[in-house]
Amino acid sequence: MTKKKTAKWVHKDLLGLEYLSKEDIELLLDTAGSFREILDRKIKKVPALRGKTVVNLFYEPSTRTRVSFEVAAKRLSADVINIAVESSSVKKGETLNDTGRNIEALKADIIVVRHNCSGAAAMLGRNVDISVINAGDGWHEHPTQGLLDMFTLRKKLGKLEGLNVSIVGDIAHSRVARSNIWGLTKFGAKVTVCAPKLLIPPEIDKMGVRVTNNIDEALAEADAINVLRMQFERDDMKAFPTQLEYFKNFGITEDRLKKAKKDIIVMHPGPINRGVEISSQVADGANSVILEQVTNGIAVRMAVLFWVSQARDKDKKDEITH
Amino acid sequence: MKLLIKNGRVIDPANKIDDNLDILIEGGKISKTGKSVDAKAETVIDASGKIVMPGIIDMHVHLREPGREDKETVFSGTMAAAKGGVTSVLCMPNTLPSLDSAEIINTMKAIIKNTANVDVFICGAITIKRQGKELVNIGGLKKDGIIAISDDGASVDSDELMLKALKEAKKEKILVICHSEDKALSGKGLVNRGFTSTRLGLRGISKESEYKRVGRDIKLAEESGAAAHIAHVSCAESVEIIRKAKKKGIKVTAETAPHYFSLSEGDLLDYNTNMKINPPLRAKDDILAIKQGLKDGTIDIIASDHAPHTENEKEIEFEHAEFGTIGLETELAVSITELIGSGILTWQELIRKMSLNPAMVLGIDKGTLGVNKDADIAIVSPDKEWIVDKAGLVSKSKNSAFIGRKLKGAVECTIYRGKVVYKA
Repeated sequence: MTKKKTAKWVHKDLLGLEYLSKEDIELLLDTAGSFREILDRKIKKVPALRGKTVVNLFYEPSTRTRVSFEVAAKRLSADVINIAVESSSVKKGETLNDTGRNIEALKADIIVVRHNCSGAAAMLGRNVDISVINAGDGWHEHPTQGLLDMFTLRKKLGKLEGLNVSIVGDIAHSRVARSNIWGLTKFGAKVTVCAPKLLIPPEIDKMGVRVTNNIDEALAEADAINVLRMQFERDDMKAFPTQLEYFKNFGITEDRLKKAKKDIIVMHPGPINRGVEISSQVADGANSVILEQVTNGIAVRMAVLFWVSQARDKDKKDEITH
Repeated sequence: MKLLIKNGRVIDPANKIDDNLDILIEGGKISKTGKSVDAKAETVIDASGKIVMPGIIDMHVHLREPGREDKETVFSGTMAAAKGGVTSVLCMPNTLPSLDSAEIINTMKAIIKNTANVDVFICGAITIKRQGKELVNIGGLKKDGIIAISDDGASVDSDELMLKALKEAKKEKILVICHSEDKALSGKGLVNRGFTSTRLGLRGISKESEYKRVGRDIKLAEESGAAAHIAHVSCAESVEIIRKAKKKGIKVTAETAPHYFSLSEGDLLDYNTNMKINPPLRAKDDILAIKQGLKDGTIDIIASDHAPHTENEKEIEFEHAEFGTIGLETELAVSITELIGSGILTWQELIRKMSLNPAMVLGIDKGTLGVNKDADIAIVSPDKEWIVDKAGLVSKSKNSAFIGRKLKGAVECTIYRGKVVYKA
């Protein structure tokens, strides 16, 4: 059966998975599937974004996401410029909106923004006409991470509907958790979040997830587990037990996995803290797809860059009729 | 100078009037009220089809002068007031410096005398620099002209000091306005704690941080016997605590702001910083409780908590933006839109909560259209619809949470001490 879907992508920006429909996400995942094949070719480059400029504007240190976007843009033949801004100088320096408007005046086409404040990408998107892709805003969303996790799951298990997916770790402060929840629940996956009580944000059940404080419960039925990075250095963690205690109660170890489904998929958005939230044996073990996630991330980001760029070209059509 | 307002529907809760009447104004005072008043007046205003009410008395306004004239001044703020049908405001003491000394009160009085377009009454601070450590000279400042005290923006954390302030206030017969917030609980919160804070990934402000402090302030008010007034009530639990206190006979009054019965946390899902307000916009259930509190008399007063901030302080990341919305120009229309049509309040009740009640709580001889009273009057088209447009705002700051909203009820004319200070 061949069903050619007519693409209906209309979003100038990608701000979060909350704001996308299931069809939008499906389109991104399908497109990512095509791009994923390119990555295994000898010549890993297509001309889809030739002549476009992508600016990576990062207010937080990030290697993984920044490099992934850079590789994705280059695979699409775009020019890439990286701007790293120290968040400590933000208050005194230029505002985010002004920086965005300057990048626009430099005739860039897409801004990929990572910011420590929730809502920063949305604000920037409102204030510039060029496309804004959220590469993580505060505790709010990290939509391309959510998409690549979904892509990886779908690739591994063939579908998302009905899957039991458990997300374990600092849910309260996790943009990865929120994007995964919005995305997966739209596809009918059953999402469980698992963390110590203090790291479960209020009323998260209203996002359509099951909440547990017991790791074995989270593992019992899970088809996949997404292990979040624990950041014990943050201020909010002061009220919280030690790393060792966390590992004892919530760490993903081989012993724990023995009680789970045999083929359970283990994901992690990286960078991993070995011995903090996940044991080395599990991270490097047969169930782990952590490195596949990294590769898939490029394909997903290619799809996102491609479609936001399309949406904008469509908007601009009237201006450029010759 | 005579001014005659003809054929309006005059609503004056103080005199239990709701009738088509004429009002004659002479020498800044109301000289005659009745059917077909026959007088030669220099100015005649035809108010057919309009409501003629005592000017609004807004007892919660931040005029920002002295110190932050870039946000608002006494002049610009009272222009905004006049446009909103407001003829008296109580200005809050969180200026720079705080209104905590005779010297600064006298400076403020001079600014008011020279630049105000409507009456500005002064609320002094409770503690020096509003730091919650040392009481101001309450009796002295009262002689200098303040009519209430508050550390608005901050709560006096020490029970002992707050009790001392209330006892002193009772002795001096002055109102204490309580900003009831336990900072230890609200902390660095940004929006209502719950689904919205989770969804937006922002730190939450719990309802406990408000209602526990409301409870404490009322308990101390009871102990001292002073008149305490709870500012900007935003949540259901606070309403219930105040309701019980009133039943018990404790001398407490309460105010809410229009945004607490018209907007909910659900409205700020796009990180609109104009809706970043403290206390925060709450849940839908809280809106219902606030409305019920207004209806049954638990909440005596509607005041704007007009809080101007510059674009530089608002058009930034949500987390860094200042708290507050302006409200002088929209408070009446929002109240009409939300409370009149839906039968929460009658016109009599609404006007009482925006004019007569604040006058009584503050102990000022205003809020009525009685003969020989100050001719402070608002003339309103009750059914006229309009959309709040940023460009139309006259306040120096444009941070209105209501921009883009369609409202019902428009101020056509504002008269302050017999003089037309605003005409649509």
